[in-house]
Amino acid sequence: MTLELFLTQLLNGVQLGMLLFLMSAGLTLVFGIMGFLNLAHGSFYMLGAYLGVTAWQATDSFVTALAAGVGASLLIGVVIERLVLLRLYERDHLYQVLATLGLILFFNDVVRIVWGPSSLFMTAPQWLGGAVDLLGLSYPAYRLAIVTVGAAVAVATWWLMHHTRVGMLIRAGATDAAMVSALGVNIRRLNTLVFGLGAALAGLAGIMASPILSVQSGMGEPVLILTLVVIVTGGIGSVRGAFFGALIVGMVDTIGRAFLPVLLPHVLPDATAKSAGPTVASIFIYLFMAVVLAIRPRGLFPVKHG
Amino acid sequence: MAEFRKSTVAAPVVLIALAAVPWLAQALGQDYYVTFLARVLILALAAIGLNLVLGFGGMVSMGHALYVGVGVYAVGILASNGVTSGWVHVATALLVAAALAVPLGLVCLRTSGMAFIMITLAFGQMAYYGAVSLRDYGGDDGMAIPRRSDFGLFSLEDNAVLYWLIFLALLLTLYTMQRLVRSPFGMVLRGIRINPRRMAALGYPTLRYQLVAYVLSALVCALAGVLLANLARYMSPSYLQWQVSGELVMIIVLGGMGAVIGPLYGALALLVLEELLVSLPLPLPWGLDVIVAQHPMVVVGLFVVAVAIGMKGGLHSLLTRGALDPRPACAGTVTSKPATEPSEEPAC
Repeated sequence: MTLELFLTQLLNGVQLGMLLFLMSAGLTLVFGIMGFLNLAHGSFYMLGAYLGVTAWQATDSFVTALAAGVGASLLIGVVIERLVLLRLYERDHLYQVLATLGLILFFNDVVRIVWGPSSLFMTAPQWLGGAVDLLGLSYPAYRLAIVTVGAAVAVATWWLMHHTRVGMLIRAGATDAAMVSALGVNIRRLNTLVFGLGAALAGLAGIMASPILSVQSGMGEPVLILTLVVIVTGGIGSVRGAFFGALIVGMVDTIGRAFLPVLLPHVLPDATAKSAGPTVASIFIYLFMAVVLAIRPRGLFPVKHG
Repeated sequence: MAEFRKSTVAAPVVLIALAAVPWLAQALGQDYYVTFLARVLILALAAIGLNLVLGFGGMVSMGHALYVGVGVYAVGILASNGVTSGWVHVATALLVAAALAVPLGLVCLRTSGMAFIMITLAFGQMAYYGAVSLRDYGGDDGMAIPRRSDFGLFSLEDNAVLYWLIFLALLLTLYTMQRLVRSPFGMVLRGIRINPRRMAALGYPTLRYQLVAYVLSALVCALAGVLLANLARYMSPSYLQWQVSGELVMIIVLGGMGAVIGPLYGALALLVLEELLVSLPLPLPWGLDVIVAQHPMVVVGLFVVAVAIGMKGGLHSLLTRGALDPRPACAGTVTSKPATEPSEEPAC
C-alpha cells in the first residue's frame, strides 16, 4: 500500500464526493425549504444521463450532451413540480414518499420503453481522455474534470445563496416560508425555481457520471440512497452540510472499499477477514451514518436558523 | 352512516373472496393464481405488521425488509442443514428477529422523523450486504431451499394448504392488530404519534411503548418471511433490498394507514393491477397494448401518483368517504418540517 495508491484513492473519494454534492445540493434545498421529500431525485439523474448520451450519440459533442442533459432535466423537473408535486406540499411526508416512489416506477419503465433494456455507454471527450500529472501523481483527466465541475458548482451555489437576492429569499424561505410569502414574495415561483435548479444539478451529475458508469434503467436508486446518506449525515437543509457531507461520504465509501479488505487481515483471523472484507467495505458507509445519527440525530452540520 | 357500513361490509367480502381463492383457481384450472395471491397476502401480512409502527406509531421505517429477510434465511439456513420442523423454523425466526429488533430499535428510536427513516434504511442495507456475504448459502445469487417447512399435522407441499396457512396467519394478525390498536397500549402508541411530549409529560415511558411496537412489527415481518421462504422455496439477498422496504411503505400508504386492514387493500391493488396489465389484452390503439403489457409499471406508477394526490386516506378512504379522516394531515411523522402549514389545518 503505497502513498501513491492512497492519494489516488483519496482523489477518487473527492470525485465521488463532488458527484454526490451535485445530487444532494438540490435535494437538501428542496427538503429544507419546501419540506418536501423527493425520492424521485434519482430519476432526474437518470433522465439527464439518458438524454445527454442521446444528444452525444447524435452530435458526438460532449458540450452538447452536457447542455442537453442539464436542460432536459431542468425542464422535466419544472414540469413534474408544476403538474404533480405542487399538490403535495401541504400533505404528510408519507404521501410525498408514495407519489415520488410512483414516479420512480414510472420513469424507470419509460426509459426502458424509449431506450430499450440494455445499458448505454459514453466515452469521455478526446480533450479529457488522457491522464494529468498532479505533482508526480498520474490521474485521469476526466475524473479531475468532475472534481473541477463540482467545485465550481459549490462556489456558484455559495455565491447564489449568500450574495444574491434570490439566495437571500431561499434562505429566508427555509427559515419561515409563511412570513416570506406574507412579505409579498411569490413563494410558489421560488419553489419551482429551487426545484428546477435541483433537478438540473441532478441531470448534470447524471451526464458527468455517464462516461465512468453505465447508463441504465434504475441507475438513479443507488445514487439516491448515497445522496440521502449525505444529506442526513451533513444536516438536512444546509448546502454547506451537503458539501462537507458529500466529501466525507465520498471519501469514507471509497477509502473503506479500497483499504478495509487490505487492513482487516491484520486485525482478524485470515479466513474471517477474507469473507468479511467486502461486506464490511460495503456496509462501512451505513455504519458510519448510523453512528453519526445515533450520536448527532440532526447531522454533522445542522442548519442554524434565526 | 351509509358510508361507514361500506367499510365494515367490504372487509368480510374481501376476506371471504380471498379464502375461496384455491377452490376458484382449481375450478378454473389456474393453479398459478394460488401462488400469485399467496405472495400478495404475504406482502400484505408484512405491511400490516409494519403499519403498527408506521401508521399507528408514526415511525416511518424503511428497513423492515431486514426482518422479512430474517424469516426467509431462518427457514433457508435451517432447512439446508437438515432441520425441517416448521415449528423450529418459526421459533428461530421470531427469536432472531426479536433479538435483533430490541437493540436496533433502541438505537433507531434515538432519532425521529427523517433521521429515523435513514437510520432504519442504514440497518436494512447492512443486513442486505450481510446476506450477500453468506457465501455458504448462495451469496449474491441466493440458493434454493430443499423443501418446505414440516409442521407435522399437515403437508405444505400442496400449494392450496400453504395458501390457507398464509391466509390464517393474515386473519390472526388482522384480528390481533385490530384488538391491539384499540387496547390501552394502542391508544398510548397513537397518542405518542400525535404528541410525544405530552405523552411523556403525562408520565408514559414513550420509548418503551415505541420499542414494543417496533419489536411486534418486526415479529410479524419475520413471520411473513418464513411464509415467503416456504412459498418461493428460495432464499436470496433480494428479499432484503431497500426496494422491498419501500414497497411495503408504498402498500401501506396506498391502502390507507389509518386502518388495520388498509395494507391488505394496498397490496391487492398494487399487485393485482400489475398482474392484470400484464395478462389482460387491453384494447389500446397504436401498439400501446404491447407496451403496457411489457412495461406495466408505467401505468402502476401513474396510478400510485394519482392515489397519492387524490386520496387523503389511501384506498381505504374510498370506503369511508364522508366519515372523519382517521389520520389528519398534521400528524407529525416528521418533526423537522418547517412551519409552512396553512392555517386551515387543525392545530395539533
